[in-house]
Amino acid sequence: MATGTEPPATDPRPPGGGVHTPTRAAIRAPHLRTDRWWLAPAATAAGLLAFVVYSTWRAFANADYYAAPYVSPFYSPCLAENCEPMRAGPNWEIFGSWWGISPAIVILIFPLGFRLTCYYYRKAYYRGFWASPPACAVAEPHKKYTGETRFPLILQNVHRYFFYAALLVALVLTYDTVLAFRDEHYAWGHMGLGTLVFLANIVLIWAYTLSCHSCRHIVGGKLKHFSRHPVRYRMWQLVGKLNARHMQLAWASLLSVALADFYVYLVASGAFDDPRFF
Amino acid sequence: MSGYEARFEVWRGDVEGGGLEDFRVEVNDGEVVLDIIHRLQATQAPDLAVRWNCKAGKCGSCSAEINGRPRLLCMTRMSVFTREETITVTPLRAFPVVRDLVTDVGFNYTKAREVPAFVPPADLGPGEYRMTQEDVDRSQEFRKCIECFLCQDTCHVVRDHEENKPAFAGPRFLMRVAELDMHPLDAAEDTGLDRGRTAQDEHGLGYCNITKCCTEVCPEGIKITDNALIPLKERAVDRKYDPLVWLGSKIRRRS
Amino acid sequence: MSVVDRQEWDVVVVGAGGAGLRAAVEARERGARTAVICKSLFGKAHTVMAEGGIAAAMGNANPGDNWQVHFRDTMRGGKFLNQWRMAELHAQEAPQRVWELETWGALFDRTEDGRISQRNFGGHEYPRLAHVGDRTGLELIRTLQQKVVSLQQEDFRETGDHESRLRVLQECTVTRVLKEGGQVSGVFGYERETGRFFVLEAPSVVIATGGIGKSFKVTSNSWEYTGDGHALALLAGAPLLNMEFVQFHPTGMVWPPSVKGILVTESVRGDGGVLRNSEGKRFMFDYVPDVFKDKYAVTEEEADRWYDDPDRNRRPPELLPRDEVARAINAEVKEGRGSPHGGVFLDVSTRMPAEVIRRRLPSMYHQFKELADVDITAEPMEVGPTCHYVMGGIAVDSDTAAARGVPGLFAAGEVAGGMHGSNRLGGNSLSDLLVFGRRAGRYAAEYAAERSEGACPHVTDAQVDAAAAEALRPFSAEAEAGEPGDGPPENPYALHQELQQTMNDLVGIIRREAEMKQALEKLAELRVRARRAGVEGHRQFNPGWHLALDLRNMLLVSECVARAALERTESRGGHTREDHAAMDRAWRNVNLLCALTDPTGGLAATDPVRGQIALTRERSEPVRPDLLALFEKEELVKYLAEEELSE
Repeated sequence: MATGTEPPATDPRPPGGGVHTPTRAAIRAPHLRTDRWWLAPAATAAGLLAFVVYSTWRAFANADYYAAPYVSPFYSPCLAENCEPMRAGPNWEIFGSWWGISPAIVILIFPLGFRLTCYYYRKAYYRGFWASPPACAVAEPHKKYTGETRFPLILQNVHRYFFYAALLVALVLTYDTVLAFRDEHYAWGHMGLGTLVFLANIVLIWAYTLSCHSCRHIVGGKLKHFSRHPVRYRMWQLVGKLNARHMQLAWASLLSVALADFYVYLVASGAFDDPRFF
Repeated sequence: MSGYEARFEVWRGDVEGGGLEDFRVEVNDGEVVLDIIHRLQATQAPDLAVRWNCKAGKCGSCSAEINGRPRLLCMTRMSVFTREETITVTPLRAFPVVRDLVTDVGFNYTKAREVPAFVPPADLGPGEYRMTQEDVDRSQEFRKCIECFLCQDTCHVVRDHEENKPAFAGPRFLMRVAELDMHPLDAAEDTGLDRGRTAQDEHGLGYCNITKCCTEVCPEGIKITDNALIPLKERAVDRKYDPLVWLGSKIRRRS
Repeated sequence: MSVVDRQEWDVVVVGAGGAGLRAAVEARERGARTAVICKSLFGKAHTVMAEGGIAAAMGNANPGDNWQVHFRDTMRGGKFLNQWRMAELHAQEAPQRVWELETWGALFDRTEDGRISQRNFGGHEYPRLAHVGDRTGLELIRTLQQKVVSLQQEDFRETGDHESRLRVLQECTVTRVLKEGGQVSGVFGYERETGRFFVLEAPSVVIATGGIGKSFKVTSNSWEYTGDGHALALLAGAPLLNMEFVQFHPTGMVWPPSVKGILVTESVRGDGGVLRNSEGKRFMFDYVPDVFKDKYAVTEEEADRWYDDPDRNRRPPELLPRDEVARAINAEVKEGRGSPHGGVFLDVSTRMPAEVIRRRLPSMYHQFKELADVDITAEPMEVGPTCHYVMGGIAVDSDTAAARGVPGLFAAGEVAGGMHGSNRLGGNSLSDLLVFGRRAGRYAAEYAAERSEGACPHVTDAQVDAAAAEALRPFSAEAEAGEPGDGPPENPYALHQELQQTMNDLVGIIRREAEMKQALEKLAELRVRARRAGVEGHRQFNPGWHLALDLRNMLLVSECVARAALERTESRGGHTREDHAAMDRAWRNVNLLCALTDPTGGLAATDPVRGQIALTRERSEPVRPDLLALFEKEELVKYLAEEELSE
């Protein structure tokens, strides 16, 4: 990068495309940003990576995911025969005994797909992992770029189906949270620290799910005349308010879902005893 | 309050080549970068080329890059920099350079022509338009655009890939498509023009990977990505990737 | 001499602001092949800075409004000096022009029932300004720009060329309007980007270049406002009308210094903002002049009630016409009751909830936050007068916008004189652009159509060479030292600053005979020095060169302002004489016309005392009786001389 002490010199034109295209101002440096522009993508990448590592371990562990009355959100609903029995819990054996590996894999596809195609996460990983671009006005390292115009990235357009699936998953997790108002003997009307963890998680999950851009479009954004649909207009406005915090909700719910799972792990593995309030 | 002498590096040159030139220049309280550029013109470099007009952030002429970030020269206060900092000013780096800080922004005017204009409803005459405020709110936000083209400059789709320019309209003009598609009285559909579809097919919406730099640099604070580009993508999904809608239209066409 | 690019068009419009674009659209729709020339990029014209709205008596907010009321307000605002036929046409046609914008895609703020919302403004009896937040000018320019594009798309479909019938030449400056046999034959100019010269041959030229504010130091105007159109017309032999009337907008920013003069929209007051001095007093109650006494509130309580119940209360005095408010602020500051940075306080923070302020005045909020670190929802703004608009301009025919004395030359918008009399009401500018822009385009197209049957005047090589030599002069300023008045080359930037200081200090908001004489001497000196204005570098995008060329225009126009101001020994509207403080009914029907002393359009270094401008007085046409009948007799007595009344 040029420093302030160098005498004015005519840079020979650096070869290449992008900002070094021959018609553009001849500036050798690919970018001249002086702030810590790399911090945000680095932090994003680190955060996402940490979640991927953790969730991979937990998803394939196939253990310590149920400690009555809590079921890990990674394993809910449990759709294979090899699930731990959960009394009145979300285990419906739709998949038969042929399913050998962790039952988490069956269901994680949906929330993962939802987040993978989410408009916020797309920004996060395109910037954080793919450096496309790493930060604004910082040149990206790729020779060619076609964005989401062709396979496979054109598949990002299926986001709204994952949104529908995510709604179902959120319903199941809500059910799980209701079940968390039991004690370990399945008696109703009890509450422990885990119940609070679950409550916080489900609130964030719903907030994140409903703040989705697809949701905003479906409830009202697609309309041309709000004035003719006052109810949908109200809904659009509400979702819009949530949507403005989509990024924060994405991170908060990612963290909360991992925490909820980790809490179940601690209790199920016996490392920690769920404090009961009543 | 006291003035001080700041260190500036300003890119000077033309399409043949050029480089960063050092200046030391007086800075007074409350000034913006454009004031400093004007002081350079008046005292040290009378032929320093720069575009500017209103000097109040309303016309969008004085777009440049300051310390590598696309910004308006007139709306960047000197107080955001430390006194020790060397402030680098270069022309926009996504467009061909003309001279010094002036670039050829013709790309944007070409793209503007490619977006079909507002289609007035056939059955309404002047004075008969009735639209409610909530119906015009969305398009009004986009019409706040001052066409500074900072979003077009920062968008990596064309900034880093010259070859994408023919196929990609850029955030400003995709937003224009969104503006018209959300206009409560635009009658494009009656003429067979489906704006949601053309966004994808003709204006290169698919190139956008919603990394939001356009929104970050917008001096008007328009939520380009969240309110224009993503809704436009969703509208394209309605037309092209929603099997239910697709099936529906197939059946309707057959019957 | 250099080979110069020549093109032929039917109509050439100089200026691409509201008036220029409206003229171009009209001319093209009437079949004329039209070229538009603008100094900056397409869509950046000064019109974008208009904030408040477009005045048009649509009666959406108050059904009592109609063109007669609007006409009355306009005449009162201009203190009856207006070219009344223009004021009439303007009031009648403005609603059509606004509605037409909607059919081109404009999105104004709406009323509950879905019509165009209208807001209050100084001097307007009813809420009359169609607006979009406080960025109405941007909406106007963008709508016209997009209309131009849509016509080009139409042409493309028919001819395969976007620019076959309507072309915009951006970043070009016109330095001469060319004539043959007394008729307009085209324009000569240069491309800013390359420095190349060009000639557009056309039988009709519409001048729509805006104002002259850049001749003053504290101004809300952008760099383009160097009085180019005024000077082009003068040089082509067309007279300028009533150039002494320069509007100082009462509320410009005063701090920090670098933004001094930037406009604070009148909507701030229209929506409830009040002016206070350093003692916290709403001083405007003390400054209601006699002619307006019965129309404005006497107490703060009445004024505050007016916002909700305008039919039974009188308006707050903050909404007096601009000249009155500007003078009042000036007086308060002079008497030591100003704000810390030499203005007064304009406060909305105590008048409206923060959220309402942000919604109704978004760009004001933004502007103060970004440029002055002031949160207008929490603290008052500091404001003071700033040079904003010139009421004077090219003398035109009311109906056709044709410039007097030069067949083929038309003028519309701020550059044309007459419409606003001695003072313009807020909101009347944008409607003026549309109404007379359209008229200029129409009559220019018709004039061109008559000429295109063979008898088109042509541009000769000699004319082109002379114009090119004039434009290149700054590059050889040094070489010419040795001529009369020789000396070292002058820095155009320094000359410009001296000019601005001179006009600001000596021909500013309050004028005195001795100071104006001094200004004329200083202008003569600057004129001589400006001939030596030299530039470095080459012709490609060279701002020093551009400024050196613009200096000629600013000097010409400044001299017009100073001479006319010295001549008019009364105070009226935008012209305030300390030594003749009262309005004089005898001056009501007197127009002052400026013309070049050298009728050939030459600009040799003339005698400094005589100058380049000759003034003539002219009696204006009496107001048509049916229009006069719109006013009460008691009111007319205040303005019209005895013999006018008896007629």
